Amino acid sequence: MTGNHQTLALLLFSVFVAVTLAITTWVSRNRHGSAEEFYAGGRLFSPMENGFAISGDYMSAASFLGVTGLISLYGYDGLLYVVGFLVAWLVVLFLVAELVRNCGRFTLADVVAARMSERPVRIAAGTSSVTVSVLYLVAQMVGAGSLVALLLGGTSEAARNWTVIGVGALMVIYVSLGGMRATTWIQIVKAVLLLSGAMALTVLVLVRFHGDFNELLRSAADRSGHGEAFLAPGLKYGGSWTARFDFISLGLALVLGTGGLPHILSRFYTVPTARAARRSVVWSVGLIGGFYLMTIVLGFGAAALVGPEAVRGSNAAGNTAVPLLALDLGGGVNSTGGTVLFAIVAAIAFATILAVVAGITLASSASVAHDLYASLRRRHAKPRSEVAVARAAAVGIGVAAIALGLLARDLNVAFLVGLAFAVAASANLPVLLYSLFWRSFTTRGAVWAVYGGLVPALALVLLSPVVSGSPESLFPSVDFQYFPLQNPGLVSIPLGFLAGWLGTVTSAEPPDEAKHAETEVRALTGAGAV
Amino acid sequence: MEKHDGGDTGKVRFDDPWYDALASGWGELDGTGAPASAVPAARPEYEGRMGGTADVYLEVQRSAAFQEVRRRYRRFVVPGVALFFTWYVGYVVTATTAPGFMARPVAGAVNVALLAGLGQFLTTFLFTWAYARHARLRRDRAALDLRWDTQELTRNVRGGER
Repeated sequence: MTGNHQTLALLLFSVFVAVTLAITTWVSRNRHGSAEEFYAGGRLFSPMENGFAISGDYMSAASFLGVTGLISLYGYDGLLYVVGFLVAWLVVLFLVAELVRNCGRFTLADVVAARMSERPVRIAAGTSSVTVSVLYLVAQMVGAGSLVALLLGGTSEAARNWTVIGVGALMVIYVSLGGMRATTWIQIVKAVLLLSGAMALTVLVLVRFHGDFNELLRSAADRSGHGEAFLAPGLKYGGSWTARFDFISLGLALVLGTGGLPHILSRFYTVPTARAARRSVVWSVGLIGGFYLMTIVLGFGAAALVGPEAVRGSNAAGNTAVPLLALDLGGGVNSTGGTVLFAIVAAIAFATILAVVAGITLASSASVAHDLYASLRRRHAKPRSEVAVARAAAVGIGVAAIALGLLARDLNVAFLVGLAFAVAASANLPVLLYSLFWRSFTTRGAVWAVYGGLVPALALVLLSPVVSGSPESLFPSVDFQYFPLQNPGLVSIPLGFLAGWLGTVTSAEPPDEAKHAETEVRALTGAGAV
Repeated sequence: MEKHDGGDTGKVRFDDPWYDALASGWGELDGTGAPASAVPAARPEYEGRMGGTADVYLEVQRSAAFQEVRRRYRRFVVPGVALFFTWYVGYVVTATTAPGFMARPVAGAVNVALLAGLGQFLTTFLFTWAYARHARLRRDRAALDLRWDTQELTRNVRGGER
């Protein structure tokens, strides 16, 4: 690796940082510091803007770096992620987007708390939202780390750590100064950059193969060393039944998790009506679907042109397949074209990480301030402005994510995101669906649904091979692995639904008919929506 | 989810003057090419009554207009979710339990697995389009009327304090 592409990449990335900081300053020039402004950006974004911002929030480093890496290493098994990530939007569109826009104000807990006794429900939903956000943040931080390791030649440990810290610091600045409005514009800029970058690379890959997709697949299969098996399921998740159940578990988590991701839910509050929320989801399904189709081409392209050996040599988990592909497409290591393309892709990936991190930090600081702080502070304590608390929370969450990101840096980014999705699907989705659709749902049911999904999901991850008991785990030297699957979704998602049902039927308090009527009428008509 | 009888709630009430005034712009067609059937107006059913806002929401929830909107939403969403979820879970389970079948070549290097994966993309786009269309043609107008009515009623109950 020469110094040229590093300098150029850093330069391009600095331009992105400068532009986004300018946006942050611009949109916050006359802010009023109201919660409406900080959490929801004034709710006046258009469906198209919000659609781009949603896809910006969703197309994370996990997709761009992690999934393409998995496809280039394991072929078809990497494709499952892509399908799950996309089909998940049907759950969001059909069951979540419009109803949440109509019922809530800023967070997931708003929707549930409207029907229930407020305090316990807010604390439960706030806790699980923050947990999901932190897990998701760790994934992005790991992506940033492996990207910079590649950029700086993979030797300097300190540089890698400082990058993770730098990304954390920048996102805190964006969020605490600019709030939702700045975050949204950063997502839009980033989504456009990422889509154009992916499109350019896809075109170059297809040109290299003379537009012959069949030829691309064949070369990928030949180069992989697995032959035809590379194009069929089973390389990563085949063989033992444990691996197969892991695959099913992951599939469930992906498709059900999106509807419970706090930073996705909070995006629906930035548009004026439920109809606008629906139209923004339609936009984002189009953008995200197109993007994932391109990542399939890029993943197989990396397998065919770079080869799994080189990908694995650069980063064992495959996170750097796309930048390597760009280098090759531009003409190789010491060519100008390769240098430029590599620098552009690296800068885009960095921008992606930064933007997603900002979005998640904002959503989780909203959960801390709006749900946890508002419920937990002592009655006599001097009430602080909620927005001030949210700004402070952004700093705290940033620090936690940096620390965990440094710890988890050798795990595949897409896999870490799979974990975050599993926790979201187990803890957030059951309570959300029950409160929107189940007439007899009670406060106890809501609290049980959250903890009944959250605790098993986290416990099963702790007891899984991810944390201990295998050479690839976080703590390879100790062994307290009792749960065979890497992804807890298959067990913890049904447990979340079961706990919610159990809590409701054993609850002494009768369900509140009037509150249910209010939720249902508001959800479907938008009456009284803010 | 409770069952409810959606029998004759969807009848058009052309004799309702309040409804007619708003219905003038209603030229959009439903999926079958016929004009979407109208939803009865909510307000006349409980005009002039008094009570808290909780009663307003209960009242609206029981109104034929609301039940019709809810029925239309559920009649699309329940089969829709069942369909795409089964198709997706079927795809994942087949990929894990029958890799031999998924590996069967179809044309060139393209095998059943790849076709199924791309099929998931295609059906997702189709479902999205169908849902947006259904909501736009069958639900939006009625929901907006109901929103207006409900907010009027809650404002009356609160004595104009909002």
